[in-house]
Amino acid sequence: MTAPTTAAGPDEEESPQGTPTAADPTGAGSKGPASAAPGGPDAGDPFDRDALPAPPGATGTLLRSLLAPMRPRVVLTVVLLLVQQAAVQVGPLLVAYAIDRAVPAFRDGRHGPLIAVAVGYLLASAVSGALQYAFVAASARVSQDVLLDLRGRIFRHAQALSIDFHERYTSGRLISRSTTDVESLRELLNEGLQELVMVILSFVYISAMLLWLDLGIGAVAVASFLPLYGMVRLYRRRAGRVFRLRSTAIAAVIVKFAETMNGIRPVRAFRREEVNEADFRVLNERHARTNGDGMLEMARYVIGSRLVANTAVAGMVLWGAYRVAGGTLALGVLAAAVLYLRRLYDPIDRLGMFLNSYQSAAASLEKIAGLLAQRPTVPEPAEPLPLPPAPSELPGREVVFEEVRFAYRTGGEVLPRFSLTLPAGQTVAVVGSTGAGKSTLAKLLARFYDPTEGRVLLDGVDLRTLSTAELRRGVVMVTQEAFLFSGSVADNIALGRPEATREEIERAAKAIGAHDFIAALPDGYDTDVRKRGGRISAGQRQLVAFARALLADPGVLILDEATSSLDVPGERAVQRAMETVLRGRTAVVIAHRLSTVEIADRVLVMEHGRVVEDGAPADLIAGTGRFSDLHRAWRESLA
Amino acid sequence: MSETPAPADDRSAVRTLARLWPYVRPVRVRLFTAAFVAIVASCVGLVIPLVLKWMVDGPVADKDQRGVWLGALYLLLLGIAEALLFGLRRWLVARPLTRVEADMRADLYRHLQRLPVAFHDRWASGQLLSRATTDLMLLRQFLAFPLTFLLVNGVTILVGVVIMLVQDWALGLVILGPAVPVVLMCAMFERRYSLVARRAQDQVGDLTTVVEESVLGIRIVKGFGRHRSQARAFRELSRTLRGTELAKARLLASIFAVMVTLPELAIGAALVLGTMRVADGSLSAGTLVAFLSTALALRWPVDSIGFLLAMSQEAATATARYFEVMTEREENARDTENAGDAADAGDGAAATVTAGAERTGGVPDAGAKAGTDAGAEAAEPVGGVLFDGVSFRYPDAPAGSPPVLDRIDLHIRPGETMALVGATGSGKTTLTALVPRLHEVSAGRITLDGRDITSLPRAELRTLVAVAFEEPTLFSASVGENVLMGAPDTAGEAELERALAVAQADFVHALPHGTGTQVGEQGLSLSGGQRQRLALARAVVGRPRFLVLDDPLSALDVHTEAAVEAALRRVLAGTTALVVAHRPSTVLLADRVALLSGGRITAVGTHHELLRENAEYAHLMSGTRAEASLPGPAPHPDPAARGAGASGAGCGPAARTATEEEVRR
Repeated sequence: MTAPTTAAGPDEEESPQGTPTAADPTGAGSKGPASAAPGGPDAGDPFDRDALPAPPGATGTLLRSLLAPMRPRVVLTVVLLLVQQAAVQVGPLLVAYAIDRAVPAFRDGRHGPLIAVAVGYLLASAVSGALQYAFVAASARVSQDVLLDLRGRIFRHAQALSIDFHERYTSGRLISRSTTDVESLRELLNEGLQELVMVILSFVYISAMLLWLDLGIGAVAVASFLPLYGMVRLYRRRAGRVFRLRSTAIAAVIVKFAETMNGIRPVRAFRREEVNEADFRVLNERHARTNGDGMLEMARYVIGSRLVANTAVAGMVLWGAYRVAGGTLALGVLAAAVLYLRRLYDPIDRLGMFLNSYQSAAASLEKIAGLLAQRPTVPEPAEPLPLPPAPSELPGREVVFEEVRFAYRTGGEVLPRFSLTLPAGQTVAVVGSTGAGKSTLAKLLARFYDPTEGRVLLDGVDLRTLSTAELRRGVVMVTQEAFLFSGSVADNIALGRPEATREEIERAAKAIGAHDFIAALPDGYDTDVRKRGGRISAGQRQLVAFARALLADPGVLILDEATSSLDVPGERAVQRAMETVLRGRTAVVIAHRLSTVEIADRVLVMEHGRVVEDGAPADLIAGTGRFSDLHRAWRESLA
Repeated sequence: MSETPAPADDRSAVRTLARLWPYVRPVRVRLFTAAFVAIVASCVGLVIPLVLKWMVDGPVADKDQRGVWLGALYLLLLGIAEALLFGLRRWLVARPLTRVEADMRADLYRHLQRLPVAFHDRWASGQLLSRATTDLMLLRQFLAFPLTFLLVNGVTILVGVVIMLVQDWALGLVILGPAVPVVLMCAMFERRYSLVARRAQDQVGDLTTVVEESVLGIRIVKGFGRHRSQARAFRELSRTLRGTELAKARLLASIFAVMVTLPELAIGAALVLGTMRVADGSLSAGTLVAFLSTALALRWPVDSIGFLLAMSQEAATATARYFEVMTEREENARDTENAGDAADAGDGAAATVTAGAERTGGVPDAGAKAGTDAGAEAAEPVGGVLFDGVSFRYPDAPAGSPPVLDRIDLHIRPGETMALVGATGSGKTTLTALVPRLHEVSAGRITLDGRDITSLPRAELRTLVAVAFEEPTLFSASVGENVLMGAPDTAGEAELERALAVAQADFVHALPHGTGTQVGEQGLSLSGGQRQRLALARAVVGRPRFLVLDDPLSALDVHTEAAVEAALRRVLAGTTALVVAHRPSTVLLADRVALLSGGRITAVGTHHELLRENAEYAHLMSGTRAEASLPGPAPHPDPAARGAGASGAGCGPAARTATEEEVRR
């Protein structure tokens, strides 16, 4: 479970400087992505926590790398805002000019200064309005492009990460990364950054104006920034911690929520509703509490900063009025100064809002950076090699396991060193009890995992040097869980080969015996699997998965328990397809049902990670080994 | 949107947001107090210019230095009051508003857990998730900010305008000039913005769905090297979303521009007019300063209206999306109604007609069956499980499509184990889902020991019936908790061990923390076979009276399967069970077998009887027969099978011919 303490990564003291949200470099960072290996969760498993370890400074690097490609546009946006704020801040100056110059001039019958004031104000408001439009539109483009980039990066990265990562980092957390965490960055970019720039700009402009109008008033204004800065720092430190907790809390809520909705049938059948609600209440309350903590931190900040600001205003008015009364300052200057003062501290609340969205975005970015820092343990090669042209007429390819050993990085050897050659075109059945290592063998061949030692060769080429596209033309794996994506049935089959025509898709479905049921669906092949009437049973889903594999037309086909939900005729259809459509391909079939063995050229019996029997089915059945026992038990079960 | 059945909802934003009232009600005192405090704080801010006026026209003009000190002191006190009041406002709403958000989320979760399974079939969980997270956050923000500040700013503007009018009505009227065009623009903006906001939120939901699927289906994506095309699909969706967001931003930009320009122009006009009046002596300099200061103090309240309206609009959309789900009817709503009139309102006349037709057709059938099958039991309440003229079609199935299950008559005697066999997709799983009422029968009834399942409270029904699903889902909890879910709360270690033994799940003891090992989403991932055995243990742990097992041994290896079968046989001896079976080995657990074909039970008998007499059954069990003539897992039984079926099930052949035609049509 995600304990609340696990996410409180960085030390409080070091956070306000530089990149405030980088993970603690001494603790989690040293464990690093190196420990991202399959295996049971142990005490130090970084995957038990919501925030994955990221190298120090990763958050800042991420943000910079997101903004770097659009530097010209960011500059343009800032310039737009710069000019716009300048136009906005002209107002009080015009007021000072009007009181000190235009009023006496008007009394003297000269209208020039007043006309200048009128024209000036007209220009200022028109320019600030037009630039406001330009700025909002331009900054929206920047922020939307950043989000597009970030969403894409998270998505592509999550897809590129190896199966072992997905087996350990829960889907709910991954979803939370690309939804709520991106959402908080969206808030920062949409409102926050604009606020920040505006706040800084108006501070700078107004302070400059005040200093120019009167040094004393300006000095008080500048001096007041010091305690304000202190407030901001304090808030950032305190709120940073709260927001990290909050982001973890919402992730836990999401995990629970998604788990319930995806498992709604057992939830119902086992009357889990109330227990779930109790669990959910705890998580929800935890989130509500941290959420409230965040809002209270904000309240504290607002009180503090407002107090400083209003005290400074009183001080400046006192100083100014004293000087006007003493005759050393013009009334118009005091008026302008007062008007500026009203504006000077106006953005304080907005600064708070910015800090709010910044802190929550920083906490989210930190987690995203942690995710992006995960290196795929099954990386794509930098310089992929092509597969050699097929040596014979037959499409099958030769598979060689060369001195392969596989162990989880946390220890725990699954497959001790072994060598194995599967000649091109051979159909090999792998049998053995659960945990014997059959699936690991298949996953090594499909390159879901890379071997700890040794190499897996496809027609003499190391799998690690093949590009993904080339690898999947060579090897395709069909697993027990036949997940369907939303979209039509045809789309789901076409996943095997996207460029396939409708005829090819239907041919694949017919070959596997799935055509009849698909044609009987409300819209046939175009039936949306998530829509009305698109209900498809587990066995039918497996048939679709097979059609997909047929369409992919690989050199090597791996079936990992892929027929478990099929009935006997369905299984026959698959076997028939393997004898006809898939004839000549190298096939590795893992099945509990020994019926598959009947079409196999060779049987491997595995036990505790080792191949203990290897031979033609007939020979093994005739023998006295494990397989012969197994086969007898199975024949009896058929009765 | 593609994933969301979005009803055309013409409610105004205000009326939509008013639906939040039940949730806001408990915290209304705090919320109103906070709004009141904010109004006071805002008005305190408006008093500051008046103090300035007093200083400029009084002590400053009179060169009274003590008066200047006094004025500054007033300013300080007002400033402190303003700061504390604004802080108080935030402090007042912080906890209550997170409360509202949490309550709404808990309610949504509670409600979703109770919606019919058919609802969940229809809705991608990503769409539900985005309602539980993003939408609710938007609502909390709305309550915290726009709701309060639309009120506060309205009052502030009103008070400010009154102050200005009192000081100088001519200048005041000049300032008020842009009010009418601003209001008109806002109204126009609101209408257009709401459309775009809804579109954007739905697109976020769709994007969430793609993310979710790509994570859940990662093995397929990887297995076929499709992560690039997935990424392409994702990119397209996120580009669409970007387009919508940009359209939203353009709307915002225009309203902001209007909000900046018009009031600024009015202030400029007031300045020019004021200067002329100060020059001819009809206005004091202090009044002009105070006036402009007030006008500037109103700038933020006016400026902010644009984004406050935008936020409110998004909140209204979020509210609509929230209630779209919340107004779906929970299944508990018709706990004890009779299934006969269960036709959903949405289904319309077609379903009702079918139900009526089936009633007349189905009941005599059942009578005939009871007569031939178990004559002795016909008079008194029937023990065991009885399917009596049960028909089922999905509530959202297109009108006129054949029902999935059509007039099913089947009797499982007390203590008997019945295997259910049928071709892939023949409706076996659907039939099992009817017993614990995961789906509602469209017509006919199911009785357990003579009691109609619709007359039982759901909780009781689901205690009586335990299910092991085809897809063995484990929850984020320990192994022990996952298994004991199927048992009453009093169950302990002994029951757990017994259940694990039945399911041959000794591997549990080899896990890092034994039965305390965390599994599921947040724990150790187990293999399909391991999960299946735990799901089986969960089904048998409570020694249920009725047991429904959906292909319970599919992922087990031969040795384990044999061991589980042996143990399961003992469990089945003491319970009434329905077992979906694909293979002879599973069928042999049962006393009798029912063959489901074309939505009907076409044969009932022992395995050997059916193997001998029923061609379709023989084909399903051995796969050897007539492979050439049957193109695949044929859904249409051949004539021979039909004949055999008739003798087995005791149904008239005429009725079935009609069914066949219905199926084919």
